[in-house]
Amino acid sequence: MKKWEWDFAWQILPQLLRGLVVTFEATVLGSLLAFALGLVLALLRRSRIPVVSQVVWLFIEFVRSTPLLVQLYFIFFIFPITFGITLGSLTVGVLGLGVHYATYTSEVYRAGIEAVPRGQWEAATALSLPRSRVWTSVILPQAIPRVLPALGNYLISMFKETPLLLSIGVLELVGQAQNAGSEAYRFVEPYTLAGLLFLLLSYPSSVLVRRLERRVRQR
Amino acid sequence: MSDSDEMDGATMGSAEPHSDEMIRFDKVVKRFGSNVVLRELDFTVKPGEHVTLIGPSGSGKTTILRLLMTLERIDEGKIYVGDACLSHQRRGDKLVPANEKHLRSVRRRIGMVFQQFNLFPNMKVLRNLTEAPIHALGTPREEAERRARELLEMVGLTEKADAHPNELSGGQQQRVAIARALAMQPDVLLLDEVTSALDPELVAGVLNVLRDIASGTDITMLFVTHEMGFARDISDRVLMFDKGQIVEEGPPEKLLTDPDQPRTREFLRAVIERR
Repeated sequence: MKKWEWDFAWQILPQLLRGLVVTFEATVLGSLLAFALGLVLALLRRSRIPVVSQVVWLFIEFVRSTPLLVQLYFIFFIFPITFGITLGSLTVGVLGLGVHYATYTSEVYRAGIEAVPRGQWEAATALSLPRSRVWTSVILPQAIPRVLPALGNYLISMFKETPLLLSIGVLELVGQAQNAGSEAYRFVEPYTLAGLLFLLLSYPSSVLVRRLERRVRQR
Repeated sequence: MSDSDEMDGATMGSAEPHSDEMIRFDKVVKRFGSNVVLRELDFTVKPGEHVTLIGPSGSGKTTILRLLMTLERIDEGKIYVGDACLSHQRRGDKLVPANEKHLRSVRRRIGMVFQQFNLFPNMKVLRNLTEAPIHALGTPREEAERRARELLEMVGLTEKADAHPNELSGGQQQRVAIARALAMQPDVLLLDEVTSALDPELVAGVLNVLRDIASGTDITMLFVTHEMGFARDISDRVLMFDKGQIVEEGPPEKLLTDPDQPRTREFLRAVIERR
């Protein structure tokens, strides 16, 4: 038995690419949720109503301190029993990834918001700008460009963590590799290819993020 | 919303333009922790008056401007702007410390120019001037832009309307900041060491703009500055502060050249020697 069969590798490639599409779906939808929800959490953390900011703080700490895998199992197996909510496995995956990473991105946004000089708030106050307008036209447009590299890094981390969704039956890239391997009882090609595909996508992305970092710092 | 809030809002808009006081500090106390910055401070400013506050750093001058701009809250006493109380609002027949909504309604009459300019770096110059009129006053965009261009012309920066603030010199940025404050058509303009962060050769341009405003409008102006020559030209009255109280006040010719108080004399000597 040869160590590496090119024919087999070619043969399973389409199957792996189908898995890659699912990986993409999970990453894109998960990160959209993480970026949006993270901002909401960051803003709620600053709420002047103490209960709101404390509850949000508790939620963030809780989610950050428990493993993503446990959270996925919880949504997948316990939600249907306790709350009667049954969701598809990809939906659960997106939800789990999105909420988990939202707690990280909320910290990123918080740092970005705090980096906006106090003088900007004071100038906005002196001009009587309505509070919501201060956020949308003064603070966030300055805070968000600064945190784009950090958000990009979380996007890449999330991409590399999507194989966790395998545990709740999402047939993403590694899941497809596992299937292909079990059918032919050859695992070298599928897992090597899966790893290469991850590398091929995440390395250039991290180069892009680093370039973005440099541009943000120059401004 | 309670009735009394609406009443406050109504009186605010119709404050008499010729009432004889634009600003009144009534036994105002401000502390930062255990540090007392203002001690039962009393003073008034007439409409259209140009008043300069001088004194050593830490004497409370800047705090006075920040209290008026509602960037800080007072601990005791009251502040009035026109015939409205800035620091307190009526609830039933009692005066209680102002809430955010009350502050919002009173602060519209006041504008401020900061030492560090504080222009919005994410907006072009023109939008720095139109943002607040459009979104705080509800001015139609076209009118706000027309007025913004007039103000830019007044500060000599017509051609910079589409520049970003970081493309301008410090002096130009400060002139934009002055125009931005004027775009809100304030009754009172507060100027907090507006030339202190500038290179010396850029100071004159900013001071000339302020002279134009002082002579060409009836805006009440409060200056905190160390530019004594400018203070003498522009002020109707100078207040000398030390340790959170007024040491001496008078017309600039008198106070800046022949003060009565030794503390004032000492301070002026120190300012001159530093140059």
